[in-house]
Amino acid sequence: MLDLTYETPKIKTIAGAKHDWELVIGMEVHAQVSSNAKLFSGASTQFGSEPNSNVAFVDAAMPGMLPVINEYCIEQAVRTGLGLKAEINLKSAFDRKNYFYPDLPQGYQISQLYHPIVGEGEVLVEMGDGVARMVRIERIHMEQDAGKSIHDMDPNMSFVDLNRTGVCLMEIVSRPDIRGPEEAAAYIVKLRQILRYLGTCDGNMQNGNLRADVNVSICRPGQYEKYQETQDFGHLGTRCEIKNMNSMRFIQQAIEVEARRQIAIVEGGGTVDQETRLYDPDKGETRSMRSKEEAHDYRYFPDPDLLPLEIEQAWVDDIAANLPELPDAKKSRFIADFGLTDYDASVLTADVESAAYFEDVAKGRSGKLAANWVINELFGRLKKEDHDITDSPVSPAQLGGIIDLIASDAISGKIAKDLFEIVYTEGGDPSDIVEARGMKQVTDTGAIEAALDEIIAANPAQVEKAKVNPKLAGWFVGQVMKATGGKANPKAVNQLVAQKLGQ
Amino acid sequence: MSIDQSTAAKVAKLARIKVEDDALPALASEFNTILGFIEQLNEVDVEGVEPMTSVTPQRLKRREDVVNDGSQQEKVLANAPDAREGFFAVPKVVE
Amino acid sequence: MSDLNKLGLAEARDLLRKGETTSVELTESCLSAIDAADALNAFVHKTPEIALERAKAADARIAEGDAPAMCGLPIGIKDLFCTKGVDSQAASRILKGFKPEYESTVSQNLVDAGAVMLGKLNMDEFAMGSSNETSVYGDVVNPWRRGDDEAALTPGGSSGGSASAVAADLCLAATGTDTGGSIRQPAAFTGITGIKPTYGRCSRWGVVAFASSLDQAGPMTKNVRDAAIMLEAMCSHDLKDSTSADLAVPNFEAMLTGDIKGKKIGIPKEYRMDGMPGEIEKLWSEGAEMLKAAGAEIVDISLPHTKYALPAYYVIAPAEASSNLARYDGVRYGHRATLEAGDGITEMYEKTRAEGFGPEVQRRVMIGTYVLSAGFYDAYYNRARRVRTLIKKDFEDVFAAGIDAILTPATPSAAFGLGEMTDADPVQMYLNDVFTVTVNLAGLPGIAVPAGVDKQGLPLGLQLIGRPWEEGDLLNTAYALEASAGFVAKPSKWW
Repeated sequence: MLDLTYETPKIKTIAGAKHDWELVIGMEVHAQVSSNAKLFSGASTQFGSEPNSNVAFVDAAMPGMLPVINEYCIEQAVRTGLGLKAEINLKSAFDRKNYFYPDLPQGYQISQLYHPIVGEGEVLVEMGDGVARMVRIERIHMEQDAGKSIHDMDPNMSFVDLNRTGVCLMEIVSRPDIRGPEEAAAYIVKLRQILRYLGTCDGNMQNGNLRADVNVSICRPGQYEKYQETQDFGHLGTRCEIKNMNSMRFIQQAIEVEARRQIAIVEGGGTVDQETRLYDPDKGETRSMRSKEEAHDYRYFPDPDLLPLEIEQAWVDDIAANLPELPDAKKSRFIADFGLTDYDASVLTADVESAAYFEDVAKGRSGKLAANWVINELFGRLKKEDHDITDSPVSPAQLGGIIDLIASDAISGKIAKDLFEIVYTEGGDPSDIVEARGMKQVTDTGAIEAALDEIIAANPAQVEKAKVNPKLAGWFVGQVMKATGGKANPKAVNQLVAQKLGQ
Repeated sequence: MSIDQSTAAKVAKLARIKVEDDALPALASEFNTILGFIEQLNEVDVEGVEPMTSVTPQRLKRREDVVNDGSQQEKVLANAPDAREGFFAVPKVVE
Repeated sequence: MSDLNKLGLAEARDLLRKGETTSVELTESCLSAIDAADALNAFVHKTPEIALERAKAADARIAEGDAPAMCGLPIGIKDLFCTKGVDSQAASRILKGFKPEYESTVSQNLVDAGAVMLGKLNMDEFAMGSSNETSVYGDVVNPWRRGDDEAALTPGGSSGGSASAVAADLCLAATGTDTGGSIRQPAAFTGITGIKPTYGRCSRWGVVAFASSLDQAGPMTKNVRDAAIMLEAMCSHDLKDSTSADLAVPNFEAMLTGDIKGKKIGIPKEYRMDGMPGEIEKLWSEGAEMLKAAGAEIVDISLPHTKYALPAYYVIAPAEASSNLARYDGVRYGHRATLEAGDGITEMYEKTRAEGFGPEVQRRVMIGTYVLSAGFYDAYYNRARRVRTLIKKDFEDVFAAGIDAILTPATPSAAFGLGEMTDADPVQMYLNDVFTVTVNLAGLPGIAVPAGVDKQGLPLGLQLIGRPWEEGDLLNTAYALEASAGFVAKPSKWW
């Protein structure tokens, strides 16, 4: 595999009133596992159903109910760990995290504090231009998602829907290796990409299937290096957690805003309190979620309704052997095999469907040409209609057909664009359309010459002007194109015009 | 380890059980009696002993990823003190 | 045939099979007895319509032939089991009005076997208690009295209603649950038989959870044979309970040969406690002698960590309970407090739970919350779990050395008076379980068998503790003990 090398990104600094400051960011990403049923019950994980219609008695925490684990969720967690190059813990266990909230029917969340299923891993976060940050993963564990509380349907009451309660989440915890808002967003983009490639999470942030708790602290230049040496968090500032972020844009804004808030406090002689905060995009500020008195004591203890989980190495090996090609590997391969630029390869491998589409088109064709058409023409057109690659009305075969016609000189580049538009809006086989509508390029130099001779004969004044000013030759080219209904091969026209005008 | 009234009050809060102020002394006293009884455990040498996690160890049973439950909104809400429009209604929660 | 309610399960089953009685007749006899026994306060939700419906269906099934052993036999179900469409409150105000939309696996197994549910039985609230004095329905009264003394006595707890009902012949048998002795102690206080199987034998699905790693359901019956029959019907491997054992359920009754020749019975010295009443000690040695006379070998053994079982239990059980009872919050079912203007969700939780939980439950939930809280987890909960490992190991070592069963007293006294312990500190009440909690901590099967009476004529029981999964063997040893003890006394009817 092509080994791509990267430079680490430049450290971002924020200028406070008195000093320069750096940021230290860690992220806990909650990714909803793609599965049919929930982690500990047989209810559906489908989004958008009627309230409380995807709820088993277990999810509603009725008296006497007990959890039974969904094996596929375990598999998805293992798959994710393998995709993030992480250690898989063959022995793990479940703990109860106890707190009271109406969308948490049991009064506890089943999670994995002491013995998570996945250990240390890493994610390479490309920032473009040969720059990338390696972000270490500390651990991944499985846990139950909570339900949803709606607070704005009634002035005095909140409404609780337990459909989401019990859906399997993976909590992916990074080490504080991220050093700025752009890096944070890029990390989410990369993580999301890997999860979607693996098929373990659909990454739909709008639906809340992927959300992040962002831990932000500030430090003076030089302090982070001290922390790296000693692993002593004392060299870093107090961190605050901004919860439930599900927008890339807002994550960046929130980090910026929070860092400045902390800088202002510290430069003002105060201390930052460790707390949980929420980002308010309308006000452009973070605010504290819970009062200082109510420090959460989750009283974690091993869940006595579940035995420790032991998985077999052979099972893990089987999952590993069947992992799909991951983004980094696919990108390297595209660069090596198709001669693409880093940028183009990144764009094409952003999601697995686009990559598959591209590979289909590029099979037996010029990779560069295929990349150009997929990225510039197809993606551009799809974006106009707010379509996905999966909604593309142009199939890889059709696009490939258009490219073939260009490559064989049957049509010009310009005609190809018209052809593309026709195929996009009306469908059909490209060569059939070209035949039917006479779109073939006129390469017969005789016919072109004839047309050109006519124009020269009819415009002696222009000819004289053109002989003096060569730039005016373009007028003749345009006239020939008009006369041939745009079908003349532009290369041939240019050559003939130059020849005839003696240039 | 002795429990004073403020600790008793904190525990009640954590357990979400309202205990009137005048009941706190008695509660703290009861706690102390029980904890005093439990103190005996400190006599035991537990060096190198694993905490028991499962009484009868066996392979944790797994389920298949099939939807075979749910679709019973009525039953889920049947015993609710206040159900409205398919939701459980509770006094407003302030974040 | 109005004495049909006095029959045991095996007897009634045989009569049914011979066609000499019907389930409807048995059921009606029990229903009359129940209606005349409100003074005992054992049955708290009577279900006569369901009972007669099931009785009729049972009779039809018996007529077809090949009906299971429990078919047609009228029993009581402890209020801790969720019974579909029927009030299931765990004797708590917080579950007032709760009618589950599902049936517990254990009670469903009994329904499937054709058993007839007469109603729900009183118990200590959330199974927390040893005297049935913490119930929202009020105390249960033991049908036994101290001679002519009319003072009401406790039937024990938490399965006090079950014990009282069986002893008073209000039903032929009843289900109970046992977390620290709640089947065995009340069985001993009321002169009946009660067995708690190995942890995992009976499914916990649909049983209101108290302490998940300790709770087990079990039968409470008039004799050992009945316990064997009913236990088999109750046990099953349940896929809905992750702690349910994946083991076939043997025909326990078939293992009652009465032959215990060569069996090694251990007598643990640590169970001889300071201040143990002379009568209890005497009964214990007599029990050993009886087993010896039946051909068993009596062996002195040591279970060194015995005295730490009760404190370990009173860390682990409340800790698990504090978490298991967090779901009782007034949101989705049960009691919700009436709120004042300005009350938010926190006030709703606090008032609901203060109103809904009785004082003992509140106490245990709060102790459990405390021992799990930050800074104390290692000192209490983890330490208790380590001690539990040692307690279990004590038994494992003894069984590995060849012991087949262990004989101990079941309770430190006979039934005491209701209200007698009101002013005592909570720990005094906890001491009632001193002989029984070890068995739950180790997950072993344990059975209480009535063996004699004290000088006031009150029943006293002995406990046998068996090897894991060997309920059949344990029942057989109990069967031999029962035969030798010859306990046939019944309480004289005053209600």
